[in-house]
Amino acid sequence: MILDFTAILARWQMLLDGLTLTIQLALVTTITGFIIGTLCAVARRSHVVIAARAATIYVESIRNTPFLVQIFIVYFGLSSLGFSFSPVAVAIIALTINVSAYTAEIMRAGFDSIHPGQWEAGECLGLSRVQNYWHVALRPAIERVYSSLTSQFILLMLASSMTSQISAEELTAAANFIQSETYRPFETYIIVALIYLAISLLMRLVFWGIALLAFPRRRRLGTNL
Amino acid sequence: MSIVMLKDVKKSFDKLQVLKGVSFSVAPGEVMALIGASGSGKSTALRCIDRLELIDSGEIVVCGHRVNDPQLDLRKLRLDVGIVFQSYNLFPHLTIEENITLAPRSVKKISRAQAREIALASLAKVGLSEKAQNYPEQLSGGQQQRAAIARSLAMEPKVMLFDEVTSALDPKLTGEVLKVIEALAASGITMIMVTHEMNFARRIADKVIFMHQGYVHESGSTDILTSPRTSELREFIGDELH
Repeated sequence: MILDFTAILARWQMLLDGLTLTIQLALVTTITGFIIGTLCAVARRSHVVIAARAATIYVESIRNTPFLVQIFIVYFGLSSLGFSFSPVAVAIIALTINVSAYTAEIMRAGFDSIHPGQWEAGECLGLSRVQNYWHVALRPAIERVYSSLTSQFILLMLASSMTSQISAEELTAAANFIQSETYRPFETYIIVALIYLAISLLMRLVFWGIALLAFPRRRRLGTNL
Repeated sequence: MSIVMLKDVKKSFDKLQVLKGVSFSVAPGEVMALIGASGSGKSTALRCIDRLELIDSGEIVVCGHRVNDPQLDLRKLRLDVGIVFQSYNLFPHLTIEENITLAPRSVKKISRAQAREIALASLAKVGLSEKAQNYPEQLSGGQQQRAAIARSLAMEPKVMLFDEVTSALDPKLTGEVLKVIEALAASGITMIMVTHEMNFARRIADKVIFMHQGYVHESGSTDILTSPRTSELREFIGDELH
């Protein structure tokens, strides 16, 4: 067997476009997923029964169904409701819905790990519940679950490849197209796998940098994350 | 006129009744020592004053706030009452200065510069000025407890509650914390402290409450520590000294 990459590399522009969209999807949904997931974690820990129940139902139904099916439900669901979103918009919505549920569970574990004395101290200083979450619990909670959280966001970036199924033109969609044109599927997917690997490593680097900025105590005291 | 008043306060945890009708009052500027064996209900009584525990019946009035009133503005109560815990409970991700400025800034909406001034002033009171930029884990237990006291002081409470604040410290570190509390007592702030340090209580308290099995068993001036009227207190003091 002779591997020939020339035809694939000649279509570098297509790969680059796919790569760009993959990175954009990952970036946007990491942010939306983190925010919504954290709010869901707060809702799940809330004393307001209806909020806690709703969050639980959402989190468990997403975590117990396949992502590809969720994509199709969002895709066909939105169109049957009369909305016409672009594939990229649908991809963002589906990815956000998916990753938020996993983030909610991770952040819930983070909040649960904050010692009751910390909440109590904040409360006694007059902080409201929201202020307690924001000033007292959030940063230590993220710090404790940071590696799970970042792994989840890398998984999210990799899962974005499934949105090629609704023809969002991301990296895997580009690969599908290139291999059908060049009849070189093995080489195509090797290249694409290497690109995914590179993005994953890049994301790890970025998350490491964010940790340096977000957790000054770790930086000062030289504690590893 | 009392600044803290408990009247026939009862409190149970599940089936265990911890407070069986506790009444006492503290006058403004008074230093009260709450003593008693473990399980006598003294810490629970203290926590009820700041509404960290809800009472089953009776009445608590603190600085004019009816603590057991469901309509109570909790924030106002917390502004008037400061509490220091056995386990310090400093926020580990914030520097000592940030620990202290957090509440003045976010609760009282004081400017950053002004909050910083307050923080440095209260750190000076507890002798920790040079530690403002350190993180809690860089401090010894005694220093952390002093920082926690400074954090409470920065909110300028009318009443300070101390819940066994030296129980986690060795004798040497206990000394430095007690010195700070003693200076505070002299400044005229109202204090209620749950303590096992009998000599300390004798030195700085105006009034002593001895709790036993969920009741106030004996109360009075510090004289009761040297000449207890009841056999329970006599026995308790004997145990504490040995």
